[in-house]
Amino acid sequence: MNITLNGDARAIPDGLSVEGLLQHLGIVSKKVAVERNLEIVPKSTFPSTLITEGDRLEIVHFIGGG
Amino acid sequence: MNNISSPTDDSFVVAGRRFSSRLLVGTGKYKDFEETARAIDASGAEIVTVAVRRVNLSDASQPMLVDFVDPKKYTYLPNTAGCYTADDAVRTLRLAREAGGWNLVKLEVLGDHKTLYPNIIETLKAAEALIKDKFDVMVYCTDDPIMSKRLEDLGCCAIMPLAAPIGSGLGIQNPVNIRIIVEQSKVPVLVDAGVGTASDAAIAMELGCDGVLMNTAIAAAKDPIKMAKAMKLAVEAGRLAYLAGRMPRQMYADPSSPLAGLI
Repeated sequence: MNITLNGDARAIPDGLSVEGLLQHLGIVSKKVAVERNLEIVPKSTFPSTLITEGDRLEIVHFIGGG
Repeated sequence: MNNISSPTDDSFVVAGRRFSSRLLVGTGKYKDFEETARAIDASGAEIVTVAVRRVNLSDASQPMLVDFVDPKKYTYLPNTAGCYTADDAVRTLRLAREAGGWNLVKLEVLGDHKTLYPNIIETLKAAEALIKDKFDVMVYCTDDPIMSKRLEDLGCCAIMPLAAPIGSGLGIQNPVNIRIIVEQSKVPVLVDAGVGTASDAAIAMELGCDGVLMNTAIAAAKDPIKMAKAMKLAVEAGRLAYLAGRMPRQMYADPSSPLAGLI
């Protein structure tokens, strides 16, 4: 399945939830926030939110800044 | 006995949250996360600003800021650095709230790459949307008393005028405006951006500011840890001097030693 992840086209396995995708990418879910098609995905719904073809996902975290 | 015998008796309250340090520091531009953590510790800051950025997907296992600067120990203040429109700023802070789970944020909407000067029109729009969405908004703004008042009237919980452009280290360029903003505001006023060295921070506090927010002045010092300590002391000294009430300025000398009994 093809999605846009942090601005880049990417192929991922079919049927993944947001939680599943984070695990697939090796990301600790509690350290990040996810936006799907410009909508925030609440952390509590990571396991139940299924990713679909063409989704645009942003995975962000806190970095050093002023 | 004066009840303000030490700075710890004089707490700083923003959006109902109480802090003992009046120095807020950024977490950018350090050599590495270890240095960031040590500088923050030396500064005594309890609130640290952080930016929101995409996770590096090519190496998701690399260390993250939260591994070094504990969000349980420090209050993370997510910023919107790099946002040039109200929409981008609001979107960024909604993500930040989801990442961190809190609603105290620093709004900055920039107008221009060269000066990083605030775009107040977009800032007002973003502030309105964020406040409606139940954020507590500390707002980076120009040192314009009229716009500062507008932002306060919208419901911002702290007004943060610049001393000078971000990262310039030029110090307070318009102390008169800062003082006017301090006098007219009912919410905390913090100088944000432009501080270069300890005396600049002390001047901000002597003008009656409730706090100072800085990043580059510490991170770009030759010895950031030492400068962090210097800034802590400067903010405390400036605050105490403000509370003490300075002597009046006068044109001519006034001897400190009595003239009576002179041989």
